[in-house]
Amino acid sequence: MPSALPVRSMVGPPPRMPVALLIAAACALPFLLGDYRVFQLTLVIVHAIALLGLNLLTGYAGQISLGHGAFYAVGAYTTAILMEHFGVPYWLTIPMAGAVCLAAGVLFGLCASRLENLYLALATFGLGVSLPQILKYKHIEHWTGGVQGITLAKPTAPSGIPLSPDQWLYFLVLLVMIVLFAGAHNLLRGHAGRIMVAIRDCPIAARAMGIDAARYKSLTFGVSAMYTGIAGALGSMAVQFVGPDSFSFFLSLSFLVGIVVGGISTISGAIYGALFIQFVPNVAGDISKAAPSAIYGAFLIAVVYAMPHGVAGAVETVVRRLRAVGAEPRRATDHRDSHPRRNCA
Amino acid sequence: MDAFLHQILSGLASGGIYGSLALALVMIFQATHLVNFAQGELAMCSTYLAWTLVRAGCPYWVAFVATLVISFLAGAAIERCVIRPVEDKPALAVVLVFIGLMLILNSVAGWIFGYTVKTFPSPFSDRSPFGNAFIAGHELGIMAVVAALVGLLYVFFRYTTLGLAMRAVAVNPESSRLVGIHVGRMLALGWGLSAAVGAVAGMMIAPVVFLDPNMMSGVLLYAFAAALLGGIDSPGGAVIGGLLVGVLENLLGAYVIGTELKLTVALLLIVGVLVVRPTGLFGKVVVTRV
Repeated sequence: MPSALPVRSMVGPPPRMPVALLIAAACALPFLLGDYRVFQLTLVIVHAIALLGLNLLTGYAGQISLGHGAFYAVGAYTTAILMEHFGVPYWLTIPMAGAVCLAAGVLFGLCASRLENLYLALATFGLGVSLPQILKYKHIEHWTGGVQGITLAKPTAPSGIPLSPDQWLYFLVLLVMIVLFAGAHNLLRGHAGRIMVAIRDCPIAARAMGIDAARYKSLTFGVSAMYTGIAGALGSMAVQFVGPDSFSFFLSLSFLVGIVVGGISTISGAIYGALFIQFVPNVAGDISKAAPSAIYGAFLIAVVYAMPHGVAGAVETVVRRLRAVGAEPRRATDHRDSHPRRNCA
Repeated sequence: MDAFLHQILSGLASGGIYGSLALALVMIFQATHLVNFAQGELAMCSTYLAWTLVRAGCPYWVAFVATLVISFLAGAAIERCVIRPVEDKPALAVVLVFIGLMLILNSVAGWIFGYTVKTFPSPFSDRSPFGNAFIAGHELGIMAVVAALVGLLYVFFRYTTLGLAMRAVAVNPESSRLVGIHVGRMLALGWGLSAAVGAVAGMMIAPVVFLDPNMMSGVLLYAFAAALLGGIDSPGGAVIGGLLVGVLENLLGAYVIGTELKLTVALLLIVGVLVVRPTGLFGKVVVTRV
């Protein structure tokens, strides 16, 4: 019964040195690379934010979403419409897109919180598949630009800062990412994070302890949608275009592949996953039009079979082994047990 | 009035296809409590197989039967090789494997056959035997095939020992094992059957939606809606749900919202059913013992 569930800190303190080094490296990169590479890295960071959002929901709260591309699209369109029709400055659209997606996510989560895992997967599958059609709907064409979509102007650095537009956007996106990653880290370490994991691992026990599961599920859905929506807003600035066909079902599947390959229920996994979905399809697309999804599919199945915690899990294992060689072995803190239901039911 | 009647009848025809794909979903759900997201792509691959056979000069019905047999074997093989290793893992892992399978099947079909849209022959004549405009020959044929399929499955599950054994495994695998039923074999059989049923759905819808690697994504969404509407654990409900969804789709498309938002209708239907009545029309209320 639930007493078998160990009470452990869900997320340990961040390893300070590696994080500081990583941020320093990330700040140096745009001065070493050409504009196109910087643009690609910007997209990697954008994807990392979106993946972190999905991972909060699917990894930590255990709710499967096959339609997170929809929230990415809502964020992107919010930014595009605000900039195009209302002349809102680009930086202000980022929190606004986040707020819109938070609301949309909570609303969808309210419906979804009644659903078991599998049914939620079905409902979000429907959302992901029907999204491009909704975006093309002719009665909202005035706002969305219909099939043509909306073209955006690229944000430029404020006068006085000697950065190219690509570099400026890169730093903006990097800053947002650091804020959001720190936020997610704190969220997961605290009260809310434990409740999320409790609901995932043992819903009955969580409810018996007085946790309002439905409320937390819809809130998690909202926060997750907010992260992904902010990523969408930043992504639309980077590619300077939103259109219905950029948000096909394949986008939602890419996010899913990203969190699985990067590592379910890990924060750093979002970065590995983002690198994967940014660069692997590009390389694979040179082989054949069909190759990217074949590789996605193969990786999904292979990771489930062989590497349930993805790249982040593998990295952690390697680091732990290396440390164990040199020093006293650390207490095993594998908090991402993905087979907890045995303990529960 | 004629147009209205025509909409209803052709809705019943496409509804029959959604129903049979929903039936395939329900068969797997009953045995494993999982929804097979790759069901549509399996059906699509079967349809390509039939297309290849017909192009190679096979008579239609020979190709039809050969496709059913090969789909059955492929379905059973997939259960054995791909699904069984993750059988005991949490729902997320299995859903991921289904999605992976879906992506792989889709891209393999795209790789082999290309992404150009192809026509698929219909075995039924264009002219309606009743000589009126209410219903096309192919639509009537679809209804007959679906009715025969449902009848056969009913007889199989209701009156044969093998069917009984499969139902027993679906209800209680452990007790079935104790009375000597080979549970693994029954699960593989269930996957094979559902792949064959899906193949029928694919071959029947292909003349209408044409053949391309993404042909089933919309159909699968409708099949989900049908299965949920009928109750995801009820085979009869799946067929009735399919018919209802088909008629609803046609009527809404023709008179209310136009054809552009057809998929959205399915989405709203799915969310609506799940929120208002998660067990569907004919499903059982599941009580969990704590």
